[in-house]
Order: sequence, then structure tokens, then C-alpha cells
Amino acid sequence: MSDLIAIQVDDLTVAYNYKPVLWDIDLQVPEGVLMAIVGPNGAGKSTLIKAILGIIKPIAGSITIYGEPYEKQRKLVAYVPQKGTVDWDFPTTAIDVVMMGTYGRLGWIKRPGTKEKKAALEALEKVGMLAFKNRQISQLSGGQQQRVFLARALVQDASIYFMDEPFQGVDATTEIAIINILKELRRAGKTLVVVHHDLQTVPEYFDWVTFLNVKKIATGPVKDIFNDDNLTKTYGINYKVAINK
Amino acid sequence: MTTPQIEIQLIASIVAIACAIPGVFLVLRKMALISDAISHSILPGIVLGFFLTHDLNSPILILLAALTGVITVVLVEAIQKTGLVKEDTAIGLVFPALFSIGVILIAKNANDVHLDVDAVLLGELAFAPFDRLMMSGMDLGPKSLWVMGVILVIIIILLFLFFKELKVSTFDAGLSSALGISPVVMHYGLMSVSSVTVVGAFDAVGAILVVAMMIAPAATAYLLTSDLKKMIGLSVFFGIFSAISGYWVAHWLDASISGSISTMLGVVFLAVYLFAPNKGLISVLYRQKQQRTEVSLITFLLHLNNHSEEEERHINHLQEHINWQKVRSKTVLDLALKNNMITIDRSIVSLTDKGKEFTELALEYIITNKDEKIEPMKDDFFLFRG
Repeated sequence: MSDLIAIQVDDLTVAYNYKPVLWDIDLQVPEGVLMAIVGPNGAGKSTLIKAILGIIKPIAGSITIYGEPYEKQRKLVAYVPQKGTVDWDFPTTAIDVVMMGTYGRLGWIKRPGTKEKKAALEALEKVGMLAFKNRQISQLSGGQQQRVFLARALVQDASIYFMDEPFQGVDATTEIAIINILKELRRAGKTLVVVHHDLQTVPEYFDWVTFLNVKKIATGPVKDIFNDDNLTKTYGINYKVAINK
Repeated sequence: MTTPQIEIQLIASIVAIACAIPGVFLVLRKMALISDAISHSILPGIVLGFFLTHDLNSPILILLAALTGVITVVLVEAIQKTGLVKEDTAIGLVFPALFSIGVILIAKNANDVHLDVDAVLLGELAFAPFDRLMMSGMDLGPKSLWVMGVILVIIIILLFLFFKELKVSTFDAGLSSALGISPVVMHYGLMSVSSVTVVGAFDAVGAILVVAMMIAPAATAYLLTSDLKKMIGLSVFFGIFSAISGYWVAHWLDASISGSISTMLGVVFLAVYLFAPNKGLISVLYRQKQQRTEVSLITFLLHLNNHSEEEERHINHLQEHINWQKVRSKTVLDLALKNNMITIDRSIVSLTDKGKEFTELALEYIITNKDEKIEPMKDDFFLFRG
């Protein structure tokens, strides 16, 4: 972690049909942290990521990535959406999905070439999916699909990674494989923002955490703020979890 | 073949290709119904355009009518956004409203011209060769051939330029947006192209059958391939095939050409639905039967693996002991023998080394559910292909 601020969110409010799902969020994410966003269902965790990425237009507030608006910094950012948001019956192969990660860098009209293909193969290798490169994506297991999504983010070669529930519906082996890659990225100085559901694993996986429930409850180092007090404030019940030191 | 016959088949083929390409993306975006809505709600646009231009093939009419198509999409989305009704309801509300405006406009104002509701709904390819493009006294061919030809060229150019954008925005709108490839722009681009295609094609094949030409080839191709480029290629092929075979069916039956083309589209879909290698009905039934046999095979091998006593491995005992689930024990024994997994010596069944290895792998897969373990077995056994 450095002193640089990778993501700065000020007074962010997002509403669906005039119903606020995020209220006045202020958030600073320092460069080089592996951060979990935790909160109950409907807390606006995915919405926060989508708002930062410009997928959803906020009704108020400002967001900057390294001091500039997202539109100028696209190439610094990679995104792994929730696995369930895409149609896995789409007629395409694993490598083709990974190649989509290069489309942002390519810009409009230009087509991916051998360089992009090579990058995609490397990313597939890194997530242990090289053997499945030509497999139709519906023929992959849930964990394999998530690995393909991760490879697609790796190929974006970004500085900041946003991941929406990357551990959803994957088995223990894949979960460990994914978290190892995330930790490796952090060691390489990348910033990672991960929507996460399993509170038990927060201290083990992450070094930074944001508690969110429509409003921001707390944000900071896991070792300082991941405690019963914040959990109770976020989840509204007396939430006891074992915190591994 | 006479010249008009060739011209009709040419027009039908070009319409089929022009419809099949956007159709692929509509099907993949689960927006097949939108094409139905567009094809109906362009009617007021066509009528108004006709009042202005008095020419069904005028580019102004086409653009005006296409605009009505895009307005349909905007209206559907606006109603949907209220959160009060779902998309299918919104579509059901919008297009009859617009279509009926068109019907009233025709009834009140256009009784004396070549524009009636029948022609709008069904089209008439047979008349297409009569309306010719003349330029300084030279006959350049049927007008609708030129109109659809130009539309097709535009579609092909757009497809080549924006193939990657269409693919990513169709597959993953969230990523597409984050990458800076606006899914909204792609969505309205596709809607505009679809609208222009529908308007251009309606004169030839009518508002109802144009939907078949957009959706059926893509739906058929979807059953056959897991590659987007091949899906587009196959859609185009099925479109052309149905157009030409439909024309000859109409010729022999002395029936409506557009009706026959649509019938052929349906026949082709049915044939592929039955006989497609992977997703086809017969293939699925065969695979299910095969999987049943293979489940029995594994149950059987596990039993052999668990018992060293000879009486447990006697053929007669196995026949009574194992619950064979609609599968004949002989089928399972033959399958195991064929794969050298068992040997039978004086009616006592024993596992071979290969059989032991297979059983252990399968067991490990069943316990750990790890796909990597059974990767090599997928080629031989349906059971592991998911």
C-alpha cells in the first residue's frame, strides 16, 4: 500500500426509480490494497462498483480514479461482473471471452490480433484453464467460468481490479486459486476491490474493508475496523464472527 | 427460368440475408419479440412516408418508417422503466397501438393507392419485378432489389466494422460499458438497423413474415454451433435455402411465395431441432439413454470393486442384486467387456486393471466433484460431459 489514493468517491448518491440505493458515500481507497466490500443483500455493493465504473449514472457526487474521471482512466481499470449477469449459453469459447478483455485497449472497430491472442493464452494459463481454451463456455463448470472471467480481467492488465462476488458458486479449490491470484496482484502493487459475502474469510483474504449498507458504515484496514461493532452497525444484528488475528 | 423468376429468387435471397444477420443478435439478446413489435409499428411511419413521397421504395419513406421502429423500442423501454409492467407486456401495449394508428391512416386516406393492410401484413413478392428502377430510360432492374441490395451492403459493412462491439455488448453489457463500448449505442444501432431492414423487407415479404426471416434462421443456427461467426454464416445459409426452396414450393403449389418461404423456414427449423448433433431432440434422447447405461456401468463396477468374494461376482447374482434402472444387464456387461474393464471366467466377473483404474477415477470424481480428474474420460463417456 502506498500513500496514493487510487479511488476517490465523494458524496455519491445513486437511486433506482427515485429510491436511493446508495446515500452520500464518501470513500477513499489507497493504492495497493486488497479491499472487501461487505454488507447485507441490497446494501448497494454491486451498485457502488457499477457507479464507479460509469455503468450506472449517479444522481449526485463525484468519482475519480487517480484524480481523473473514470472515462479518462478506463485503461487502468479491469472489471469482473457477477457470473450470473451473462448468458453462458452464448455461442463462444473460453479464449474468446478472455480476448474480450483486450477490447477496451483496442478501441472501436480495431480487431484483436496475434498479440491479443497471446495475452489471452497467458491469462488462461495463469488461472489454470489453458486446457479448456477452446471449450464452449456453457460446457465449463461454475468454478471454471469464474476462472475465465478472472483471466479476462488479467488480460486487461490494469492497475485497479473490481470484482463482483468472484467466489460465488465456486468450490474450495477454485476459491483458493482465485484468492492466490488476487494476493499476487496486490503484491505487484495493484489495487483490488472485491464484493464479498463470506465474513469468515475477510481477515484471511483481505487487508482493507468497507462496510456498506446504503450508507457507508466504515472503511479502513481490516485489523483496525473489522470488529463486532461495525458488523453490528452494518448488518443490524449482533453479529459475532471469529476474527482470526 | 424466366427473368422475373430469377429476380424474385434474388430479391427473396437478399431479403433473407439482410434479415438473418441482425436476427442472430436479436435472438442472442433474447429480443426476438422486439422484431415482431418493430415490424408492426412501422406501419404508421410507412403510411406517413407514403403520403409524403408517394413511393414505397423511397429512401425517405424507409428512414421515416425505421424511425417509427426505433420509437417503438424507446416507448417499450420507457413503459418498462416505470417498473409497473414487464417487458413482454410493454411490447404488447406499444405495437398494437402504433399499428392501429397505421391501419386507421390507411383506411381513411389511402384507399385509392397501392397500400392496403393485406399487402402490409403478407407482402407480395410476385409483384416485386413489376416495379422497376428506370434511369434515363434504362431499365436497371426491380426497385426492391436495389433497395434491399443497398440495405444488405450497409448491414454487411456494419457487421464487419462492429463485430467485436456487437459481440461484447451482447454477451456482457456490464463489461462492455466499463470498457467504453457503450451498450446503449450498440443497442440503438442494432434497433435502427433492424428497423431499416424490416421496412425494406416488408414490401416483399410483409410485416408478419419478416419476423420469421429474422428469427427462424438464427434460432436454427443456434442449435448447430457454438461459434458466433459460424452462427451468422449458418443463419445466412438457412435464410437463402428457405428463400429459394420456398419460392419453388410456391411455384408448384401455386401459393403465396412469402407464405411458402416461411413454411420452409419452419420445416428447416423442425428438421434441425430433431437431428442436430448435440442439441437436437434425437441426440438428447440418445445421450440420456447412454448416460443411464453408464450410471449402471459405474454402479456395477463399484460393486465388483467392493467385493472380492466370488459369490458376489457371479453373473446370476449380479443380475438379481443390482437395480439396473431400465437398463438391460447384458448391455452393461457388453459395454464393460468392450472397454476391457472386466473379464468373465466361468460366470465369475472380475475387474481388469483398466476397470479398476476407471472405477477409482470415477469414484474420485463422484466424491470430489473435480472436473480435471475425468477430463480424458469425457471423450469416451457421455456421463462426464455434463
